[in-house]
Amino acid sequence: MKTLLVAEYRQDTLQENYTELIAFAKRFGPEMAMFLVGNGSGELPRFQGPLYLAEASECGEYNPGLHKRLLQDVVKKQQPDMIVFCHSSYGWDLAPRLAVGLKAAQISEVVAEQDGKLTVPACNSKLSRTVEITDKPVVVTLQAGAFPLGSDPDGTPEIIAVSAEYTGNSRLTGYEAAERTGVDLTRSEVIVSAGRGIGKPENVPIIAELARALGGEYGASRPVVDSEWVEHNRQVGTTGLTVSPKLYVACGISGAVQHLAGMKKSEFVVAINTDRDAPIGEVADVFAVADLKQLVPVLTEKIQAR
Amino acid sequence: MKILVCIKQVPDMESKFKIDGDGLWYERDELAWRMNEYDEYGVEQAVQLKEQTGGDLTVLSIGPERVKETMKKALAMGCDRGVHISDDLCHLRDSFEIGSMIAEFAKDKGFDMIFTGMQSQDRGSAQVGVIVAELLEMEGITTIVGFDYHQHRITVRRELEGGVKAVVEAPLPAVVTCQLGLNIPRYPTLPNIMKAKKKEMVTVDGDELNRVGSLQQPGAMSVPVKQGGGLYLDGQVEDIAERLLAIIKEKTSVLA
Ligand SMILES: Cc1cc2nc3c(=O)[nH]c(=O)nc-3n(C[C@H](O)[C@H](O)[C@H](O)COP(=O)(O)OP(=O)(O)OC[C@H]3O[C@@H](n4cnc5c(N)ncnc54)[C@H](O)[C@@H]3O)c2cc1C
Repeated sequence: MKTLLVAEYRQDTLQENYTELIAFAKRFGPEMAMFLVGNGSGELPRFQGPLYLAEASECGEYNPGLHKRLLQDVVKKQQPDMIVFCHSSYGWDLAPRLAVGLKAAQISEVVAEQDGKLTVPACNSKLSRTVEITDKPVVVTLQAGAFPLGSDPDGTPEIIAVSAEYTGNSRLTGYEAAERTGVDLTRSEVIVSAGRGIGKPENVPIIAELARALGGEYGASRPVVDSEWVEHNRQVGTTGLTVSPKLYVACGISGAVQHLAGMKKSEFVVAINTDRDAPIGEVADVFAVADLKQLVPVLTEKIQAR
Repeated sequence: MKILVCIKQVPDMESKFKIDGDGLWYERDELAWRMNEYDEYGVEQAVQLKEQTGGDLTVLSIGPERVKETMKKALAMGCDRGVHISDDLCHLRDSFEIGSMIAEFAKDKGFDMIFTGMQSQDRGSAQVGVIVAELLEMEGITTIVGFDYHQHRITVRRELEGGVKAVVEAPLPAVVTCQLGLNIPRYPTLPNIMKAKKKEMVTVDGDELNRVGSLQQPGAMSVPVKQGGGLYLDGQVEDIAERLLAIIKEKTSVLA
């Protein structure tokens, strides 16, 4: 099967996740090409095959209409059977635009492949769907981290310059950095995180207490931060921090993939959750099936009394 | 200003899910249903825009009869009318088919702004909003966590990885897909729940809007095999705490 891989470039940087595209494509054979809006004199993806390159200096920052047109031209030239993106802010934005243009099916957030069939998650990973590729070309996005390359990428691509004319009406006018003030969780050896299961902001202190008793810091899942119960610099996950403490205690956190991405490298994971089917079980070394409001204070007391 | 917000009814994610008889979706008989979380932010932003501009706000949902219950919440939050696109088989349709149905409904209505969630909590394809924008040839901006309207233009913040945001400006008409944390969705008050009961709710037959069919077959639904292999602790809180403490002492160095 002929694959076309769509690599990402942002704020003058080639995004490393292109290697996951390669790892996935290898399962379908060696015939792969890549597309990138990037800097020809800067860092380029390492792989063997044609690289359709549009110059970032001419294209500017991400402009969906322009990238769609560039890709449509490349698809015409390359005639791929499958076009592969990362399921990232770039991929989930651009992939459906191309798919609609091609009248192609799109399979989003693929986590596994077997015998050419693709598995995608449903209902916060409590279920999964396995879909067959029936028509070609098909557009696919890959869940972050699902297809690690396992070795350093190598090769020197053969560059084919491409360009297109398109301005469109919307404009990316700038970037805002993530807030990073105050405590730095990435240095903490113990993190106790509060999830939506804490129920109300008044319960944040019981989580903070346990963290203190364990000599660590408290963190949070996104809904707790979105509700402004805890500051953003304590959010763990793809849009927050990536942490790898010696001990991570997830209290009332279901274990959505975006949260797992930020904490699954922790050495030891304890989950406290009333739902024993919660997907946090996939990474937990110990899963206490309990109401955190009852268990956490008792645990804190026992640690303090030691 | 004509505004449309598209919402989906989804099950509570803490439910115990079973596979449906045809093996294509989850069983729907005994579930608690709610508004897709991402769409709540869409409804709130749409209501705020309506309040700011004095516009007219329609909420749309595709699905069986029960989705009207969820639409009532949107009406109680401040939408002016509901359009229920009745479709008992919507769970078998792919994002392209659903997006096409919405576009078919919206195409000659002159909406200036369309809000959708960035994805649904059950299917999670993150495609429908973009497909609607493409089919209607409107500006489409995904994953927004900030929204400002000023003189028929919008300035939005698109969330990228690591919490970085891109600032994007666009003229209307536009479609935006809403990310968690865009705003703080309001709770419907009792008087507004009462008022919502009198608001107009139109039902359109889904078949009339469906002209394309799916590009992708539904595929087989399954319960993933657990890979975790962790230890599960049940029982009295006292006992669990005692055992947890012992395990933390034994397996980690943090209490050393
Ligand atoms: C692009 C994108 C980026 C994202 N980035 C992040 C990110 O960086 N970080 C992040 O965390 N999320 C992120 N999310 C959101 C993520 O998908 C989930 O919505 C979120 O992680 C859920 O948080 P939660 O587990 O606290 O809440 P829920 O999923 O609502 O889970 C609450 C859990 O608490 C349990 N519970 C309820 N009551 C109790 C009780 N009394 N005692 C014990 N347990 C209880 C429930 O069983 C449930 O498992 C992102 C999503 C998207 C689309």
